[in-house]
Amino acid sequence: MTTLTKAIRWPGRTTDGPARPGGVGSWPVVGGLVVIAIVFGSLNEQFLSAENLSNLALQLAATGTISLGIIMVLLLGEIDLSAGSVSGLCAAVLAIVHVRHGQSALLAVVVALALGAVIGLVHGLMFTQLRMPSFVVTLAGLIGWQGLLLYVLGRGGTINLPFDGAIAKLSDTWLPPWASWLIVVLIVGAVATSAVLNRRWRRRADLPLPALSRTVLRVAGLAVLLGAAVLVLSADRGVPLLLVIFGTLVVALDLVLRNTVFGQWIYAIGGNAEAARRAGIPVTRLRIVAFVLASTLAAFGGLLAASRLAAVNQSSGGSDTLLMAIAAAVIGGVSLFGGRGRPYAALLGILVIQSITNGMLLLNVDSSIRFMVTAVVLAAAVAIDSLSRRGSEQ
Amino acid sequence: MFAARGVSKRFGAVRALDAVDLDLSAGEVVALVGDNGAGKSTLIKVISGAVTADEGQLERDGVPVQINNPHQARSLGISTVYQDLALCENLNVIGNLFLGSERRRWSLLRKIEMERSARTLLSSLDVRIQDIAVPVAMLSGGQRQSVAIARALVGEPWLVILDEPTAALGVEQTAQVLDLIRRLRDRGLAVLVISHNLADVRAVSDRTVVLRLGRNAGEFRTAETSPEAIVAAITGAAA
Repeated sequence: MTTLTKAIRWPGRTTDGPARPGGVGSWPVVGGLVVIAIVFGSLNEQFLSAENLSNLALQLAATGTISLGIIMVLLLGEIDLSAGSVSGLCAAVLAIVHVRHGQSALLAVVVALALGAVIGLVHGLMFTQLRMPSFVVTLAGLIGWQGLLLYVLGRGGTINLPFDGAIAKLSDTWLPPWASWLIVVLIVGAVATSAVLNRRWRRRADLPLPALSRTVLRVAGLAVLLGAAVLVLSADRGVPLLLVIFGTLVVALDLVLRNTVFGQWIYAIGGNAEAARRAGIPVTRLRIVAFVLASTLAAFGGLLAASRLAAVNQSSGGSDTLLMAIAAAVIGGVSLFGGRGRPYAALLGILVIQSITNGMLLLNVDSSIRFMVTAVVLAAAVAIDSLSRRGSEQ
Repeated sequence: MFAARGVSKRFGAVRALDAVDLDLSAGEVVALVGDNGAGKSTLIKVISGAVTADEGQLERDGVPVQINNPHQARSLGISTVYQDLALCENLNVIGNLFLGSERRRWSLLRKIEMERSARTLLSSLDVRIQDIAVPVAMLSGGQRQSVAIARALVGEPWLVILDEPTAALGVEQTAQVLDLIRRLRDRGLAVLVISHNLADVRAVSDRTVVLRLGRNAGEFRTAETSPEAIVAAITGAAA
């Protein structure tokens, strides 16, 4: 929840970075979250309790991280169907290196992430060099890496991670209140400072300034939201480290995409690959990098999931992990047509999906209903995307 | 200033260009006209490096130059605006103006510097876009064409080639774009415009070069020539 307000300022178009043309921004998602909170909160008093919200925060991280990787390829107008299988496979390799071969947790993590990167490289090369559609490349990946996962796990099928080991500890670490508040102060301070500096530089460059009231409102809103999140989470066990890691990834990726040449080029390719190529942008190289990032983030998501379960088994990264990760990105406002959307979509989208899942579990609703409700939310999100896209084509 | 001498290009059995000559000079708008298949597109592709000629040579200030790819053309100061504009609709005006040549320090975008340059460039061309932070998808056809032309100027070229800049534009937007082309000339640029629209050609060009079936079929001072004479040259009818 650390970064929710930054996403809220999305509709109020800033002068930097690609906005969603004619789009409705993330207001529908934020509105949806409020509705979810009210509905489940009134049906079950447990839903809005500090304990449940803490659990929710823990549940976000793994699938959210995978979703973040999927956003990288969605921005190019491509798709990665293999992310779930890759997350499971890399988690299995992590467990094998760490538990079966007794290597250190750090080495195991490095190996797992490197495997993810190599898998992404293979996908990227197949896509760019063999000119296979990304859908097919990663569909093969979805099936193949799942097969490899079953193969490396062998007959046992389950590897338990030591409960007191570093990897399991990752999801059982809670920030003390002072650390949480320090982080809030640092984030709000950084945002405020950058806003002040931006105004100063723009004034010096004789450029129009954004409305002061809006800037103040944004910083204040961020402070209130982060403060509320810390208050709620600290009433239970504290802010989970997992949430901090996920939040950091989201913020870092967003900063990179909005402020670097790399990010600008990713959006350019998603908008018009041919125009990007003619402008001298190394399209092939960037596509490969995006696939590498997607699979590496999937591997990291798998690691977080393994940490939470303290085990890797045959269904790791399976069942609905991939579909939820894609759905989260789309619900959060990333366009399937490429070039539009921001990493905050992963946070917002996964928040919506996990809230529905969590709320329905509290209400003891059958998963059949849960799937149908999630489907309606997903369909609505895509419909809004398509309509806003059509509206912007004059 | 810039000249093509005896340029020929074959595609299989088809002679797309047959010993074509073309002269371009600074501060002059030259219209390149001709029927479909006359070789206009092939000629600008030769000049902009998209295809290489079989015979003939290109000269800059009397010195022969090699243009084998678009990159070489750009580094020689030749900038081309294609008919499809090649804009990224999801990026804003600034992003499109600097596409592929973003101002940067290390890898960080210098957004403020780019925005200032963009505003200076657009206002020097008298291009009016209310909010340059909106995605290009929100702009009108004429504004998009203006952005595409303005982008061609970012690399400080001396020759700008415009492929059908007024096709698919309404009356008012066509007038805007023609005004913009005049301002390019006033900046001292050489401008080569391909057009099907003889009214536009008359409105904006100083000189009209006619191609027919891959050969030079006439060259006129636009102001002193009747439209009928140009049409006759295009169709090959005896004037």
